[in-house]
Amino acid sequence: MYMFKYVTKRLGLMLFTFLIIFTMCFVLIKLLPIPINVLPGQDPAIIMATLEGRGWITNIQEGDNGVYTYDRVPIMIQLGSYIKKIVTRGDFGIATTYGEYVNHPVWEVFVKKLPPTILINIYSTILGVPIGLGLGILAALKKNKWQDQVINIFIILLISVPSIVLALLLQYTICFKLGWFPITMSTSDAYFTWDVFRSMLPAVFALSLGSIAGYARYTRAELSEVLTGEFMLLARTKGLTKRQAIYRHAMRNSMVVIFPSILSEFVSVLSGSLIIEKMFAINGVGGLYLNSITFQDYDFFMLLSGFYTLVSLTAGIVIDISYGFIDPRIRMGAK
Amino acid sequence: MEMNNINNIPAEKFQFVKRNDLYHDSKFDTKPVSYFQGAFRRFSKNKGAVVGGVVIMILILFAIIAPFFTPFQPKYYDMVYAYVTPKAQFFVDSGIDFWDGYKTKKTNYLGYLKDLAIAQETGRDIIKRGEYTTTDDGSNYTYRYDTYGGVGFGKYKVISPEEFNDIQRYQNETGKQILYPIVKVSDRPSHVKNQHDANIYYKMVDPKASTVRPKLDSNGNIIPNYWKYEAASPSNVIPEYNSIRIEGQDGINENGTKYYYAYGRLVDGGIEIRAEYYEYYTYQHTQVKKDGIAEPSFLFGTTDTGKDIFACLAYGARFSFIFATVVAAVNFIVGVIWGSISGYFGGKIDLFMERFCEILGSVPSMIIITLLKYHMGSSSQALVLFIAFFATGWIGMAGRTRMQFYRFKNQEYVLAARTLGASDSRIMFKHIFPNGLGTIVTSVALVIPSMIYSETSLSYLGIINLEAGNTTSVGTLISAGQKSIIANAGFVALFPCMFLVLLMLSFNLFGNGLRDAFNPSLRGSED
Repeated sequence: MYMFKYVTKRLGLMLFTFLIIFTMCFVLIKLLPIPINVLPGQDPAIIMATLEGRGWITNIQEGDNGVYTYDRVPIMIQLGSYIKKIVTRGDFGIATTYGEYVNHPVWEVFVKKLPPTILINIYSTILGVPIGLGLGILAALKKNKWQDQVINIFIILLISVPSIVLALLLQYTICFKLGWFPITMSTSDAYFTWDVFRSMLPAVFALSLGSIAGYARYTRAELSEVLTGEFMLLARTKGLTKRQAIYRHAMRNSMVVIFPSILSEFVSVLSGSLIIEKMFAINGVGGLYLNSITFQDYDFFMLLSGFYTLVSLTAGIVIDISYGFIDPRIRMGAK
Repeated sequence: MEMNNINNIPAEKFQFVKRNDLYHDSKFDTKPVSYFQGAFRRFSKNKGAVVGGVVIMILILFAIIAPFFTPFQPKYYDMVYAYVTPKAQFFVDSGIDFWDGYKTKKTNYLGYLKDLAIAQETGRDIIKRGEYTTTDDGSNYTYRYDTYGGVGFGKYKVISPEEFNDIQRYQNETGKQILYPIVKVSDRPSHVKNQHDANIYYKMVDPKASTVRPKLDSNGNIIPNYWKYEAASPSNVIPEYNSIRIEGQDGINENGTKYYYAYGRLVDGGIEIRAEYYEYYTYQHTQVKKDGIAEPSFLFGTTDTGKDIFACLAYGARFSFIFATVVAAVNFIVGVIWGSISGYFGGKIDLFMERFCEILGSVPSMIIITLLKYHMGSSSQALVLFIAFFATGWIGMAGRTRMQFYRFKNQEYVLAARTLGASDSRIMFKHIFPNGLGTIVTSVALVIPSMIYSETSLSYLGIINLEAGNTTSVGTLISAGQKSIIANAGFVALFPCMFLVLLMLSFNLFGNGLRDAFNPSLRGSED
């Protein structure tokens, strides 16, 4: 019951924050001039009518010289109709300027672009978590021996070398020089075939390297602290072997801190890494976002910024909430 | 008497203590060590941090000094010299096959022959020392290829008669040859692809073919195909030429008739010439543009658009450092003021200010940048970057200051100051703030590299483009470097990446050392 109250409070606060950011973005976007691209052979009247239908402008009139004039709908009314459409019809608007997707519903395009981003992140988590935890555990158990020192150097290098350089290095060595993988990801959308999977792998490696270092460092710090705890001495004293003591007592206790960070990392990587997606030409949400900036397609921008904000907010509260669930000693928000 | 026979110390050995013998506190012989002195001492003991600091100093010096030592600018570009490899004069002179403007080229016999033709005509060492290795069947040639001289002549150029005369003057003064004999239009390859290729000065097996195949004489040599005319009766399309001639000033004597080669052809709009690009480039920059560039020599090579990487890197680094320092300073000032008010007064004010920070801080920085770019698209990109980094950057600083204020505000010395009637602002900035300064300054040092990295990745993504303002960013260079991977020009990415890695690594070491020095209790903690 206590936990329930805490979770609802956090969720409510998150929703509140989200709404404020969302409204802010909407207002700032609507303050901009409306981009109207009339391509040769297109009827401006139809484009005007589309914008009117979206509830952006009203009172369209064609002047004698063929110039259209219109009034803008007040921003708050636009916001109302925008939210109403989302809630009642799941309609996030249509692309108005984004080259290849003009007149496509943005939600459909977004959903189509989601799988590569999510898949790459799932793969990199599957790869990164065991390796990261394994290295961290090994380093903690062999603390201050040569294994620990080698792992430490590895971790420091991975953390200090920026991901942009790591990814470039990977692309240059394994894709270009050795030719094991294609340089960029295949554009096919048959995501579960070997060819497409193979073309995803360099990006997966690049993404997982950073998280491996993070997990390893975190696990090492946590586990070596738990290992010095007095209950470990007790466990050995009562006759458990070292292995039993480590598996049953030390690991479980260190996971209290590590597990939430895995969860939160997993949520936050859903939004993908723009750099990795650009470098390996992944046909995902990141590319969509970058292009929506170039094309100034505001409906795309609204949807994607809402998505990114939601993901980062969720990642933030996942840590706090999961602490409370995993470790009964921690009572979040207790007075 | 044994000294350890304690039980039987004779009574006369004891003396009464006199009152004036009491041992009072005496002054320390050692000098007191202040907080910052101690911090400095601890810092100097940390070898990694000191090395990090030295590397940072070197990088900063590079960013400050290097732009003054290179005549190139970030806005300079020359498409002919794209992907030219790094060249350091030291290695050229010492004859080592490294960093000498050459690259290892693998090609077929035809490619080799073409390079050889240019080398023979210009007398440049395009195939280094003429050495090459072939595969057993002779189909593949591998040799060190001069990326500067190998450009050869490029395309036929049309210049004004004044420039034609000026080039002749330059040739006569310096003895350097720019102009080479041209080939008669009817003798040039007829395929569209090769029509304007000035590198083809020789006879071909089949002028109509799309692949040019030089015709060889019985000795295996290339046969030049220059436009030759009788010196006595020049054609009216051949301009007057009084400068270096490869056939000699007396021309060629065949059967008693003197022949000259044509060094230009009058066409609409000027004179068509065949100019060796290396010398023409030197002439252009020393005589016409006078921009301080003596000859094509790029220390770090050039990018896909022919930009000088050294200059771009130096200017980009300079921008990064200045930018990060300015933003960090502004964030520091605003964050400290905000955080100290929030932390000192606490209560409702604190709650409100904290909520504000929380909401602002949870806006992804990408979205802020994008919105700013939409709204300020026409103004300077550096300003957009500045506002964007400022918008969320100060929050972290405010949070840290707030923590420090919470730590100190209820300590006895603060209460004492208040009892003595010190005003709030005096307590805040004279009594509490100096105590938290070490921690706050350390966080500034740790923020600078992350800011440089954000700026780099934003330019890499192309969201921010600094090239409009005659500067550039390391990110833009890395982006160019990524493009050049496919062109097998890994060196384009090498130097920017090295710069970034060194910067990050040394700032990490330096920042951690600083943190340990200012805050010994946090030593080894990993946050």
